[in-house]
Amino acid sequence: MPFPHKDLLGIGQLSKDDILTILDATESFKEISTRPIKKVPTLRGRTIVNLFFEPSTRTRTSFEIAGKRLSADVINVTGSTSSVTKGESLLDTAYNLEAMNPDILVVRHSASGVPHMLAQKINCSVINAGDGAHEHPTQALLDLATIREHKENFDGLKVAIVGDITHSRVARSNILAMKTLGMTVTVVGPPTLIPVGMESLGVRVSHNLEEAIADADVIMMLRIQEERHNQTSFPSLREYSILFGLTAEKLKKAKEDVIILHPGPVNRGVEISPDVIESGHCLILNQVNNGVAVRMTLMYLLLGGADENPN
Amino acid sequence: MLHEFQVDPRLQEAPLKILIKGGRLIDPANGVDGPHDLLVDKGKIKQVSRPGQIAEPQLEGAKIIDATGLIVSPGFLDMHVHFREPGHEYKETIATGCLSAVAGGFTGVAVMPNTNPVNDNRSVTELILAQSKANGGTHVYPIPAISRGLKGEQLTDMAELAEAGAIGFSDDGRPVTSNELMRRALEYSRMFDLPVIQHSEVLDLTAGGCMNEGPISTELGLKGMPTEAEDIMVYRDIALLPKTGGRLHVAHISSAGAVDLVRQAKAKGLSVTCEVAPHHFILTDESVRGFDTNTKMSPPLRANRDVEAVKEGMKDGTIDIIATDHAPHAELDKQVEYSCAAFGIVGLETALPLSMEMVAEKIITLPSMIDMLTARPAKLFKLDKGNLAEGKDADITIFDPSAEYKIDITRFKSKSKNSPFDGRQVKGKIRYTIVKGKILFSEN
Repeated sequence: MPFPHKDLLGIGQLSKDDILTILDATESFKEISTRPIKKVPTLRGRTIVNLFFEPSTRTRTSFEIAGKRLSADVINVTGSTSSVTKGESLLDTAYNLEAMNPDILVVRHSASGVPHMLAQKINCSVINAGDGAHEHPTQALLDLATIREHKENFDGLKVAIVGDITHSRVARSNILAMKTLGMTVTVVGPPTLIPVGMESLGVRVSHNLEEAIADADVIMMLRIQEERHNQTSFPSLREYSILFGLTAEKLKKAKEDVIILHPGPVNRGVEISPDVIESGHCLILNQVNNGVAVRMTLMYLLLGGADENPN
Repeated sequence: MLHEFQVDPRLQEAPLKILIKGGRLIDPANGVDGPHDLLVDKGKIKQVSRPGQIAEPQLEGAKIIDATGLIVSPGFLDMHVHFREPGHEYKETIATGCLSAVAGGFTGVAVMPNTNPVNDNRSVTELILAQSKANGGTHVYPIPAISRGLKGEQLTDMAELAEAGAIGFSDDGRPVTSNELMRRALEYSRMFDLPVIQHSEVLDLTAGGCMNEGPISTELGLKGMPTEAEDIMVYRDIALLPKTGGRLHVAHISSAGAVDLVRQAKAKGLSVTCEVAPHHFILTDESVRGFDTNTKMSPPLRANRDVEAVKEGMKDGTIDIIATDHAPHAELDKQVEYSCAAFGIVGLETALPLSMEMVAEKIITLPSMIDMLTARPAKLFKLDKGNLAEGKDADITIFDPSAEYKIDITRFKSKSKNSPFDGRQVKGKIRYTIVKGKILFSEN
């Protein structure tokens, strides 16, 4: 099935069929990374630029490995948002990069909407690698790929997303994707970390972790950012951890086959305790592993390779 | 030269003798609405008569404007514009702002003080007036700052500024946060009977915000600016009125709560008035989807319930006037990350057709729309304008209420093109703008 998009700016643009197409293809791309020679010639001669305006190790590396396993040339560019005329330099940077004819621009930026703005201004494909508190579509897709490996159907699954929903692009992309696939989502956190109008996204809101995870099939823990704790959002990391940290004790209330996801990096002992991380429920490294395959898939699909055999 | 006092040649010409005939004259100040001919001579309204009743000898040498099918109105007044001069001439100058004004049918505009340097002293006020006189055409009325440097700490020399030509005081762009200073401003300004114009925003509730707080900001991951930030400040300012006895004018009202507060205060007989900008009765925060930075303004585009409340306020008279908050910004201020983009849009050249949408929706009548653009602002700001009685200045706007077209930002006379209305299908087009008997804009 052809993939009808030039860019991947958010889950919001994808239909259920689009998502399933990506997840189906991801399964075959995943196999490539298990080979001794982890490289196929699919995107040979193509250029992919990783333009990251925010620090990132995991996501940037994942995109880089994905591109290289498809034989594309991958260049990492670290953008600066520190200059006074940041906007101007942002567009200028994009125009300059475009003049070198890349095929895909992978963009991460702390401001919501930046990939959308760039996609309107430049011709190459744009992949959103995280924009502000808006979307992080490849993260949601790799989360879905991970869920699919452990659950038979998406339809009817119950998910609890726990933590700083206000500042989380991971939560937003996952909510959009999960709703599209027929899953039931509850967001969990103190009222100060759940933005107004959250229910309009079709989710349930809870302020009680134990109650919310009781019937969950999937628990997604979000990173609590320490820098927020100087603001008014919550009194202390200690109190946050007591109320919303996932411990083995609280996990006893959950289903036996519950799976636990976390987009990383993890604050061990804050939002999630070490014994939970070590438990068989926790799939953090599976997520990372699927991340490469999902990103290979998207590069392939966006560059119109859908009719060929990827291998 | 930084400040070129280029003189618009049209301003040097003697005012024409003009006969405007066949139009529907709507002059709310005098309760006139009907077919009338109007004779202008020596920059003044010479005669207003039933069609064809102006005596032949009077018409000797007059330019004839056939206004059949058109509305003849007092010149529009916009009591809230930003002309960026001095300091940010790359966005707009007084000259280009005045061209934009007449293209939008405005014969008088009040300019906010957030220039660089700030209009917080007599010399800047005088510079603005001199520049306006040299090449403005449109009447330009300075609104100097309430506080020195817009810092919110110390009052400006209001008496001196009033003498130099201030028609009100405002720290617009910023609120007066200090309760004490706002109290003093309302008290002190009583000596000149000038309004204190507040940009109502509690800053610690909006810090870092760039759109209305609500489901859309949650969806887009943009930091929200809650309506409470507006409501709370309007409440505080109204609370200060009974004892201070000042005149409060709430700029660009946008929230349902604020409209309600003003309505209640008026019912109690307090001296409060307010204005609305067209974008706040036309657009909702839904427009922010897509991250077009031309949808970013302060106060932000609100939710539908607020827009409905604003319309109700226009209908029942709670909202006194329409003012555009004309805020020109260059591309480099707007073609940036949504969260970094400058607040505001240009408004002068879209005000008529957007206001006409309220007439089409039967929120207000055509005469009351004209009232909100002419007689009422003149009354609030004590200007001898917005009135087509014989002997008054010939500031006249003639427009076609039924002309349909698409808004085209490339045709704007303003130096800046930052408008979310590009391509919008609208009705209502300015045909002539006459200032003191001089035709400064015409398009047929």
